Amino acid sequence: MSAAAKSRRGEWLITAPSFLWLALFFAVPAVIVLAFTFHGRDASGGVGEWSLSTWRELVDPDYPTIVWNTLRISFEVTLWSIVLAVPCAYAIARMGSRWRAIVAGSIMLPFWTSFVVRVFAWKTMLHPDGWLQSCYLGWLTARDCMFGWLPAFAQKALLSVGLASAGPVDPATSTILDSETAVVLVSVYTFLPFAIMPIYAAAEKFDFSLLEAARDLGAKNFYAFRKIFIPGIRQGLVSAVLMVFIPAIGSYVIPQMLGGTNCVLIGNKIFMRAIQNRNIPHASALATLMAISVLIPLGLSMWWKKRQDIRDRRRLEEQTARLMTSALEGGVQ
Amino acid sequence: MANEFLVFDHVTKRFGALTAVDDVSLQVKKGEFFSLLGPSGCGKTTLLRMLGGFERPDSGRIYLDGKDITDLAPNQRRVHTVFQNYALFPTMTIWDNIAFSLKLAKRPKDEIEDRVDEILKMIQMSEHAWKYPNQLSGGQKQRVAIARALVDRPSVLLLDEPLAALDLKLRQHMLLELDTIHDQVGITFLYVTHDQGEAMSLSDRIAVINRGKVEQLDIPAKIYEAPSTRFVASFIGDTNFFSGEIVSTQGDYCTIEGEGFPAICAYNDKQLKVGQKVDLSVRPEKIRVTLQPPPPEKGASINVYPSIVQDIVYQGVYTKYWIKSGELRIAALKPHSRFLLDQEPITWNDSVFIWWHPDDGYMVEAK
Repeated sequence: MSAAAKSRRGEWLITAPSFLWLALFFAVPAVIVLAFTFHGRDASGGVGEWSLSTWRELVDPDYPTIVWNTLRISFEVTLWSIVLAVPCAYAIARMGSRWRAIVAGSIMLPFWTSFVVRVFAWKTMLHPDGWLQSCYLGWLTARDCMFGWLPAFAQKALLSVGLASAGPVDPATSTILDSETAVVLVSVYTFLPFAIMPIYAAAEKFDFSLLEAARDLGAKNFYAFRKIFIPGIRQGLVSAVLMVFIPAIGSYVIPQMLGGTNCVLIGNKIFMRAIQNRNIPHASALATLMAISVLIPLGLSMWWKKRQDIRDRRRLEEQTARLMTSALEGGVQ
Repeated sequence: MANEFLVFDHVTKRFGALTAVDDVSLQVKKGEFFSLLGPSGCGKTTLLRMLGGFERPDSGRIYLDGKDITDLAPNQRRVHTVFQNYALFPTMTIWDNIAFSLKLAKRPKDEIEDRVDEILKMIQMSEHAWKYPNQLSGGQKQRVAIARALVDRPSVLLLDEPLAALDLKLRQHMLLELDTIHDQVGITFLYVTHDQGEAMSLSDRIAVINRGKVEQLDIPAKIYEAPSTRFVASFIGDTNFFSGEIVSTQGDYCTIEGEGFPAICAYNDKQLKVGQKVDLSVRPEKIRVTLQPPPPEKGASINVYPSIVQDIVYQGVYTKYWIKSGELRIAALKPHSRFLLDQEPITWNDSVFIWWHPDDGYMVEAK
């Protein structure tokens, strides 16, 4: 056997287990789920005969809203997680090795407790009698006292930016629990470590002398951060977005426990159809629908980026040609 | 103080218990190629970083072109740095790297294009303009780093060991290139290095720094030929030291006697008095090694000592002899040339004479 063939066989041996794993627990189940959607349900709650009835049932006026809400909330959660994670990761990467270990450790600390217990803890904090809710009401009251004396147009302006309430504070309607806010808040809390870790990993490899170089060339701190640091940790940002966005789309425990009836996401619907209604094909169809609504924009953006890259390369070639001609002309003079 | 272009005025910087820069005062002229030379950890890089704005002195002021810049942020100084690791922005093309400072200064688009194109031409990198830094070789990165720092014509260009990461051949090539660039742009260069060869070949003036203090500030030839302290003599090039005391003076010359060595005659340019303890430095290339004593026409005053050859190191350009003379081990250099071939070759354990002219020794007062 030639050396090349040998090393190729070695590569196969190393990667085969993960291929097998992915095929068995990802590809095959995905195909099964897709196949289920072309079945009806049977009377006992199992998967019935081949039919298109499931897809016909899917035309439910509620679903587009739920899909849209799921995407929107996942997007919000991702955005907030990234916005909080970037400065956090930056700070950790700049710490001494001892503090770094302590802080990174405390970020991972919540994982030692059960996820459900942590969400339940939030539920008690946000309960109308919980301390977080009391703090929130206190803030609302203080805010109205602070701005109450302002003329009507100023009140309106404050209202439009969410810094005032339309009427007197009513504890019954000003609850965080059972609202979208609660879902976003706790989702960000839950997913933040998943955003911090890949960004931190990228930031740790980042050469901070580049920021000094940028400042040296006249950049203000924030400009250097934006133009040099952020592009420098791009890989980490991409992983962080995926690490947060994908689980956020599928989350159902958080909206279930904290969203009440005001925030039902696709995960809850799938759970409801699969477990409560015993309609596995319908649940599979919903999951497929969700996957499609993520994959289509993703595919489009990849296609667009590829087109952009080709255009960029052509532009660069033209510019190089221009520079070379001018350099040659310079040489002739 | 402010009439010089760049002034360090009694600048001190401490890191904890370590005094990195100790009450340094320096003046650099406009357009000068000025080097800070010293061993690693001597404080030269700290000086540079204070000028760049990355460190703040604990006391003292720094003036640039008459203005006090001590408390300005790095982005507020007309001073750019060429970093040792180049610090090129990896996510930007070469063109964008160079245009960085011009874009920040919000120059018109045409002007940016003209100036970047022009400097790319100067460093002969036009065809690499749209590559990324990781596609370039070390020497190319170096040129881009210099171009990036020069493109918006700073008042001072700081170079922090810019050639340290290059191999010998490339380093020699870049030395010439740096010199040419300095002549072309006419900007003041402040060059930090631990390599005396680089400093010697490039600088108008050199400040030799040791333990946070300036040991000597002078033109390269003076630093080499007339070192003001024992440290400067030993750091710049090779030398032999003879420690002793002046026992008598004869006009411009004096006689030194020390432990383990016969009396030496030396030029007494500082008019030191009898009884003064001194270190005499004699460079290896000033000492001649011969099998016969020097001919009488060389003069009676030259120093001649019968000695034994201990070691011979062939170094291409010359051969280095280690010679036991009295109780000292002395280094001497001998160049190779056809003219010297007729002499009998010197080999191990030969009895030889080493001799040098009194003017070739240089005395510094011993502390």
